[in-house]
Amino acid sequence: MNVETFKYDNKIVRAFAIATVIWGLVGFSAGLLIACQLFWPDLNLNLQFTSFGRLRPLHTNAVIFAFVGNGMFMGIYYSLQRLCKARMFSDFLSWFNFWGWQAIIVSAAITLPLGLTTSKEYAELEWPIDILIAVVWVVFSVNLFGTILKRREKHMYVAIWFYIATAITVAVLHIVNSLEMPASLFKSYSMYAGVQDALVQWWYGHNAVAFFLTTPYLGMMYYFLPKAANRPVFSYRLSIIHFWGLIFIYIWAGPHHLIFTALPDWAQSLGMVFSLMLIAPSWGGMLNGLLTLRGAWDKLRTEPMLKFMVVAVTAYGMATLEGPLLAIKSVNSLSHYTDWTIAHVHTGALGWNGFLTFSVLYWLFPRLYNTTLWSTKLANYHFWIAILGMIFYVVPMYASGVTQGLMWKQFNQDGFLQYPNFLETVVQIVPLYRLRAIGGSLYIVGAVLMAFNLWRTARSGKFVPEQEAQAAVAENTSAAGHGPDKGHRWLEAKPMLFTALAVVAVLVGGLVEIVPMYLIKENVPTISSVKPYSALEVLGRDIYIREGCLGCHSQMVRPFRSETERYGEYSKAGEFVYDHPFLWGSKRTGPDLHRVGGKYPDAWHYNHMDDPRSVSPGSIMPRYSWLLSQKLDTSSLPSRIGALRKIGVPYPAGYENGPAQKDLQQQAQQVVLGLKVGMVNTEANREIVALIAYLQRLGKDIRSVAVATTPVTTTTTK
Amino acid sequence: MIRNVLEHIGGVGAYGVFAICLFFSFFIGVLLWVARLKKSHVDSMSALPLDDGSAQTKSETLRKP
Repeated sequence: MNVETFKYDNKIVRAFAIATVIWGLVGFSAGLLIACQLFWPDLNLNLQFTSFGRLRPLHTNAVIFAFVGNGMFMGIYYSLQRLCKARMFSDFLSWFNFWGWQAIIVSAAITLPLGLTTSKEYAELEWPIDILIAVVWVVFSVNLFGTILKRREKHMYVAIWFYIATAITVAVLHIVNSLEMPASLFKSYSMYAGVQDALVQWWYGHNAVAFFLTTPYLGMMYYFLPKAANRPVFSYRLSIIHFWGLIFIYIWAGPHHLIFTALPDWAQSLGMVFSLMLIAPSWGGMLNGLLTLRGAWDKLRTEPMLKFMVVAVTAYGMATLEGPLLAIKSVNSLSHYTDWTIAHVHTGALGWNGFLTFSVLYWLFPRLYNTTLWSTKLANYHFWIAILGMIFYVVPMYASGVTQGLMWKQFNQDGFLQYPNFLETVVQIVPLYRLRAIGGSLYIVGAVLMAFNLWRTARSGKFVPEQEAQAAVAENTSAAGHGPDKGHRWLEAKPMLFTALAVVAVLVGGLVEIVPMYLIKENVPTISSVKPYSALEVLGRDIYIREGCLGCHSQMVRPFRSETERYGEYSKAGEFVYDHPFLWGSKRTGPDLHRVGGKYPDAWHYNHMDDPRSVSPGSIMPRYSWLLSQKLDTSSLPSRIGALRKIGVPYPAGYENGPAQKDLQQQAQQVVLGLKVGMVNTEANREIVALIAYLQRLGKDIRSVAVATTPVTTTTTK
Repeated sequence: MIRNVLEHIGGVGAYGVFAICLFFSFFIGVLLWVARLKKSHVDSMSALPLDDGSAQTKSETLRKP
């Protein structure tokens, strides 16, 4: 047998591990800060850079792409080398991957507080950073496939399949969802509008959860759990079903984020049915993980790493049962837009991703430094503090979500809304926001203990930059006596064919949804009275995007009596045909704004933005006083109008060169006059003027003319 | 609105039926595929993570039978 000696690269693994710990603490802390702002609005320090709307995407991006992203690379770079019995394909590409990824994170940390955002959730970064993400991802993929191709182990273990699915699907999702028309270096408009934009965004959003937060971590579970338990996975057959079932079904379920919106009903139903079917492979995977520990549960007493792993896998099971339940239309009508969704995602983020990352870190550090964990006791403290933190986070958010959801729908005996003032439903849940912040703080305390423990572990040992290993060359590693490879076993030795089949499995779902999506384009009922935004409104809308208003306000009135009573006519697909990007939102910390146009006088908006509590006592909305003083930048108007026309908004040719500015000044003067009526004096060139113009336009287009479509009976729910 | 969209897209109902049929045939195909795997292969694949060819792993495996 021809045995070769080679070295595993531990340096790159350590780099990603350290980045995971640091960015994890940053991401959690950003989350705690904005969680506190929800019961203490002044905590934004009256600074635009630290306001909730701008920091919320910073928190989500930091946790998803910085913490889990680095954690994923850490796990992949460690396990892939060992499963392939080969060093990474290229050290240069490994380090390009590392520094490129950190550069992306730093650019996000700078641009998001500056308000440079596309507003599409978990895809907020502007186009130059999008390009950088694509480049780094390609580098990672080349390194991944290069390593697989030069492997010494003939068959690819299940973890590698999950890594392959991650690499290809994230690339497809990122590119399709990030197609945008640049208007300047840091401003772009989504190529899609309204309903199409919503469907593409949530096809992306949902599958980012699937293929960024789930599949790489499942691969890590299939590697590190057997490693730590020192026994093989419970059922390799089940892992095959888990893999193919999961990647095939996941992609179809995206529309469950848009239930009861203006998305066509057939797409919503498809999303719901496939979400329910998703329980099967997810639970197959969870059970496979837990049953791997059969006969080894006693190890939990001595291995804190296994404790974290068991909670992670259990949280995966809970989140993947809850997700499909939330996709059922009747449950969704209550849960959507409330904190229930926040509770759900944090079961996944804190429990599944957090605990699994902690577990792998506790396992890796002693091995990277050839020592033992500095303090098992401290790791156990971390475990219990993090569990408490998770409970204090998730339980109040369930209570908050259900309470508020029910209050929104409650009618009194006379058939009127029981709580017509949205604020009443907010005041009710503020105490729960305080409890949630305690939970988040505990979770951070636990993570700090871990960082300290890992640092002491590193100090107590000696780093092993290269780990020597021996393996036979690939031709001879085929398990002897098995006969010729057939079926799945044959496929496990053919990485490129395997990848091609995985691509097909992933794309089928996307295509079946996207093909009709293009048909919808022809069928979104055109509403003749819906016109493109005026020049001033375009700039106002961009301010709305910059401030992250959609983090707390939806623009989608669902067809329920409880919503039409509260907000007005339900939203129609045809109303959003010029919305690049769509701004439907996914959470109502404040009320829906789709019909806010004309609801309040201009001066109300002015005073509300200056100090929300002056007009709505008890409101938790932050102040936006800088909008009152900052000058509106009209110099970018021509490029913005030009970019919007290129993607299909019918502004007349040459409109941006002159007429647009004239229209803008005229409309701004009208707003200033409107403000004077309300005893407010301001200049026409302030940002607040543009924002008021936009808000006053919202949802008004269909009021003057009857909608030329068959009316649909609104669903009455109580 | 929803009815209007449905009326104007040809064969939208077929998408749902097509999707379900596709999934079930896919799922059954994977089940059959898996059932045909040989036990020896399954065992060797399951054991893959436990031996990475390094001295560290070998000593750990010996230490914890």
